[in-house]
Amino acid sequence: MDLIRIKNVEKKYKNGVTAIYDLNLAIEKGSFVFVIGGSGSGKSTLIKMLYREEKPTKGQVIVGGLDVAKLKDRKVYKLRRKLGIVFQDYRLLPKLTVFENVAFALECLGEKKNEIRQKVLKALEDVGLKNKVHSYPDQLSGGEQQRVAIARAIVNDPKLLLCDEPTGNLDPERSMEIMQVLEDINKNRGTTIIMATHDKEIVNKMKKQVITLKDGHLVNVKKKGKYEDEAI
Amino acid sequence: MKLFRMIGRSIRDAFKSVIRNFSLSLASISCITITLIIVAIAIMASLNVKNFTTEIEKDMTIVVFLDSSTTEEEAKEVEEKIKNLDNVSEYTYQTKKEVKEMMQEESEVFKEVLDNFDDESSPLKDTFQVKVEEVLFIKSTAKQIENMDHVSVVRYGEGMVDKMVSAFTSIEKVTYGVVIALVLVTLFLIINTIKLTISARKKEIGIMRLVGASNFTIKTPFIIEGMILGMFGSIIPIIITTYGYMAFYNHFDGYLYSELIKLVSPEPFIYQVSLIVLGVGILVGMIGSSGAVRKYLKV
Repeated sequence: MDLIRIKNVEKKYKNGVTAIYDLNLAIEKGSFVFVIGGSGSGKSTLIKMLYREEKPTKGQVIVGGLDVAKLKDRKVYKLRRKLGIVFQDYRLLPKLTVFENVAFALECLGEKKNEIRQKVLKALEDVGLKNKVHSYPDQLSGGEQQRVAIARAIVNDPKLLLCDEPTGNLDPERSMEIMQVLEDINKNRGTTIIMATHDKEIVNKMKKQVITLKDGHLVNVKKKGKYEDEAI
Repeated sequence: MKLFRMIGRSIRDAFKSVIRNFSLSLASISCITITLIIVAIAIMASLNVKNFTTEIEKDMTIVVFLDSSTTEEEAKEVEEKIKNLDNVSEYTYQTKKEVKEMMQEESEVFKEVLDNFDDESSPLKDTFQVKVEEVLFIKSTAKQIENMDHVSVVRYGEGMVDKMVSAFTSIEKVTYGVVIALVLVTLFLIINTIKLTISARKKEIGIMRLVGASNFTIKTPFIIEGMILGMFGSIIPIIITTYGYMAFYNHFDGYLYSELIKLVSPEPFIYQVSLIVLGVGILVGMIGSSGAVRKYLKV
């Protein structure tokens, strides 16, 4: 079954730049997909449209049965609760501890205290940070901070995890640790993961489905793909 | 249950934010305090003015003198006509004799002088004392009575009444104007305070939106924060209102300058004013922060 269906989507920004031209795509439930492409290829725009930060100018974006393009601003939170998002710059709150940062997501949804505690500890265990619960973000390495961000994204057990260049700020070794965490989440929780990246090494090592974009056009979709230089 | 948890969290966040941005909160609380003090004084002044104008208005009387030659029957006719006028609330009739007796009781001098006259030669006249329902129309009522047969003179303190009525209406208008202007200034200050809190928490709000907090969840803490600012801002004005008015009232023994201007007694007046001040504080805080939220928090 398809979790995401993108039909004839075009995105034109207000400044006249067209980021995506007539995109058609389907992503299966439980899959692990890389979106690759150079700068300006539209991969970030694609991710942004999936969590309704941007609206497509034309076409349909359906995530889990919800037509994202038609979603009113007031109702966006309904979509966001179904997915987790991880960014290159972690976006943690510096004044909160690791535990509080992850719990923050659930507190916003009004969950009960003991339920929050259980879920947070489970999520932190999944990313391998159970021993850093009371640390503050600035006491952690970049890789650890990104793992906290991943824990926050998965704490509500979303069906879809969107990652926008999650390894962009990390060295190759830490990057592989993050990829290991994501792979485990994909396998153990069955979470669909879509990750935008331009890290050639990671894509080649992981051997997952690869969607290649170039200047806003879909170049190809490959199962167990590789990062092909000539395509970019 | 969930709603209560969310509101509880909002209140906690709002207090946290008031404390975290202490200097800023203090600035806007002081501004609200100053505004509310003036608002409280304006409210008390205008209610007092209203109180004693109605007191004075109640005492306004038209005095009607009849011709000396008027017979008893003719006086009855006039009485009937006065009774049928729209604006008349009550009236009393005094014959020459009654007027004479009343005046003699009042003073020794009158007693001596008036004793020299009998009913026939008396310079006094039969009189009606007429009270009106609406002081604004006292002039036309007096005119109507003056046009009746057998009426010689009508008096109602013409110039004084007109001036007083217009003075009080303009005082009332000025106080309303000042109160409205001050409330607007306060609103502006609160909008700016909340705007700064919002920008201080931009990152947090961004993350809240990403993890799927509803607009209600994001907005409520800021609106509650505005209400808290308004509430804190009304504490000092309430204390000043309560003790200040009580001291003022006791100092003047309930009358200002003359028996004519009677002050409103402190209880329950000060409690009502305190409640109004608290209400205005909270409401202004709430409206100000909702305005800021709508303007600066595009949710």
